[in-house]
Amino acid sequence: MLNAARNLRKRGVLGVNERNAQMIMKYNPRHLYPRVDNKVLTKELALTAGMAVPELYGLIGHQSELRNLSKIIGERDSFVIKPAHGSGGDGIIVVTGRSARKRECFRLASGVLVMESELQYHTSNVVGGQYSLGGNPDTALVEYCVEFDPIFAEVSYQGVPDIRVIVYRGYPVMAMVRLPTRMSGGKANLHQGAVGAGIDLGTGRTLGGVLDNAVVDEHPDTGALIAGLQIPGWNFILESAARGLEVTGLGYLGVDIVIDRHHGPLILEMNARPGLNIQIANCMGLSGRIARVDKIQGDAAAPDARAKFARREFSATSSLS
Amino acid sequence: MTMRYVYLLAALLTAAGVSIFAYKWQVLGFPLTDDQETPAWTVETSVHFDAGPGPIKASLQIPTLTPGFGTSEEYSVSRNYGFSVNYVSGGRQAQWTVRRTAGQQTLYYRIVVYEDRNSDSSDTTPPFPLPPVINEPLKTAVDVIVNDVREHSADAASFTAELLRVVNSPSPASSVDLLLAEVHSPLEFVKMMTTVLAAARIPARIIRGLELQDRMRQTNLIPWLEIHDGVRWRFFDPRSGTENLPNHFLIWCRGDDALVQVDGGTNVEARFAVQKNFIDSMAVAEQRAKVRQSALVDFSLASLPIQTQAVYSVLLMIPIGALIMVLMRNLVGIDAFGTFMPVLIALSFRETQLFWGLVLFTLLVALGLSIRFLLERLRLLLVPRLSAVLIVVVLLMLVISIVSHKMGMETGLSVALFPMVIIAMTIERMSVVWEERGPADAIRGGTGSLVVAAVAYLAMGMNWLEHIITSFPELLLVVLAVVILLGRYTGYRLTELVRFKALAGD
Repeated sequence: MLNAARNLRKRGVLGVNERNAQMIMKYNPRHLYPRVDNKVLTKELALTAGMAVPELYGLIGHQSELRNLSKIIGERDSFVIKPAHGSGGDGIIVVTGRSARKRECFRLASGVLVMESELQYHTSNVVGGQYSLGGNPDTALVEYCVEFDPIFAEVSYQGVPDIRVIVYRGYPVMAMVRLPTRMSGGKANLHQGAVGAGIDLGTGRTLGGVLDNAVVDEHPDTGALIAGLQIPGWNFILESAARGLEVTGLGYLGVDIVIDRHHGPLILEMNARPGLNIQIANCMGLSGRIARVDKIQGDAAAPDARAKFARREFSATSSLS
Repeated sequence: MTMRYVYLLAALLTAAGVSIFAYKWQVLGFPLTDDQETPAWTVETSVHFDAGPGPIKASLQIPTLTPGFGTSEEYSVSRNYGFSVNYVSGGRQAQWTVRRTAGQQTLYYRIVVYEDRNSDSSDTTPPFPLPPVINEPLKTAVDVIVNDVREHSADAASFTAELLRVVNSPSPASSVDLLLAEVHSPLEFVKMMTTVLAAARIPARIIRGLELQDRMRQTNLIPWLEIHDGVRWRFFDPRSGTENLPNHFLIWCRGDDALVQVDGGTNVEARFAVQKNFIDSMAVAEQRAKVRQSALVDFSLASLPIQTQAVYSVLLMIPIGALIMVLMRNLVGIDAFGTFMPVLIALSFRETQLFWGLVLFTLLVALGLSIRFLLERLRLLLVPRLSAVLIVVVLLMLVISIVSHKMGMETGLSVALFPMVIIAMTIERMSVVWEERGPADAIRGGTGSLVVAAVAYLAMGMNWLEHIITSFPELLLVVLAVVILLGRYTGYRLTELVRFKALAGD
């Protein structure tokens, strides 16, 4: 047991306790949390900073505003309803289209058909605070439903694959793409059975995949190879992620990005307590890279310079990997 | 820098906790286990006499200063008599009085003493005795003996030892024979010795006491010799001349006043009976602390009303549960619902015992979950739905209690002791997780909560631990220090070793 711990330490694996004590408590002051915990606020801040985000259709902040839902939806075929204070992807409903024959019937990402009343009920739960911390009343966002880039079509089952970049003191240190599977119910959550694939920060190419802590080469549902996919607009993604520091002020941040077919990379949300599974997806510990960032001397660099640093230092072919 | 403060704080807390604990344990003698008992002796003195026609006033010498013993309690049993304890020159005196009575009378005085090495025997320093008035021919004998013994001794103690050797010699000198001519009892012997010592200007007195043994029905006071060497009182065996006190020797009274005196009564007789028994060490320690006027005990749990004490004996164990919680979360890494929910569940297990607690809790949550899923179809708003779950939980508890009672299983009744709000919250949390993250996560979280609760229950239910914490609440400072230290633990959790297994290999 001690041996296993020593091995992990040698490989630079970051544990939850260490992350909480050394990263989150040190670099993420509590009063800045609303900037990432409240998705409405995140969206505003990101827009002001000139980052691309999914378009907001409307907000429902009170039970009495529920009747506005149909007005917000209007004639749109696809949209997403999510809680402003949700965590871990809880409470998000993705509507991808409408039934061909019955327009008032919505098709969810999972293929299930629901009536508008059911959407209203869900929205009411969101507003009532079922998905927010401590059950506080919440706001529901209705926003643009990302149509993911065909690059990932072969390696995802329903849902939207997203890219998670860990940004430490403004420097992107590790990234992965999360590919939904049948098991994860179309959700891009490793915990629920999505495949995680590490990304080479230098090139933006995917490395091998991991499913439930085990290495996989192919997507379990589609059978397509996971490694070697080139993520489009990689440089832009890294720069956007690096800008997360300026936007939120948080020194240890997880930035979630989706690549839209029409709009390119969009910032979906940011996380003040990003999980550690990314280490498994990259088959690599975070501690080494964090130590490398801590060694940087001199004045704060601009976001593009930080992204460049990450591409240079943390590429799969560099000495650190 | 922060780490230094953390270590400093933890060290201070530990030092404070441990030193108070050590003081109470070593000096005040608080027992470490609750079944620890201290041997104690109950000494009963019965005074028998025939009452005369007039008013009766009976007085009995009772223990005042008892080196080596502490007094736990004392009382008198004597119907119709007025009772008081007076301080007279020789020490304390119990006094019974009655205006009119007839026939044979028996008065009882009982004292319970326990061994206490620390018991103080400080006594006043007596003045030098006046030379006793002794008539001839005894005076000459005394003078001869004193002069002879003084030749062969250096100080008060050696004088006494030499004196006792001389008078106890198997072939006594004629002066000794003369001295002991009128001595017929050990008491008179010791009294004669004090007279000789007084002639040598050495303060001396008779002490009378009991050699405590188990079950002595009829016993008498043994006279002993006590002299003062200018600094302290010293005890001498009047027969052998060695300086000692017998084992378990309870000094009953000092001086040569009559042990018992009854005005208005005849055929007076005093008897002693001794019974060895055991009393709770805790009571002894508190008694001892009271004698020392120790503030630690004045402000301790024991000074609270019994009912409040009972509440605190539960409350004081919660930190232990919290410690378990910290260990399970940050060291082991078990998922559980809520921060302290498992500790609260563990508290409710106290009433139901572990097995039934687990069974009933699982049953309630499972039933509640299914009801919750039924309610889900009705599409209720959040708060009304939570309230509905709460109401259903109450009804389910009632049903379980009634059904199990009809079936003759009384354990089912204890379900009522579960905090239902906790159960309702657990159900709600579990159902949300169930829907959002799937049954696997929900069941893992629920099982984790139960495992943590069970471990916390076992830790909080340890009798010796509960005894230690309730008698030494200051040890919670040590628990606090441990929790603070664990708060800065940045190592891996046990479950992470499994989780990151893929990274540790090759």
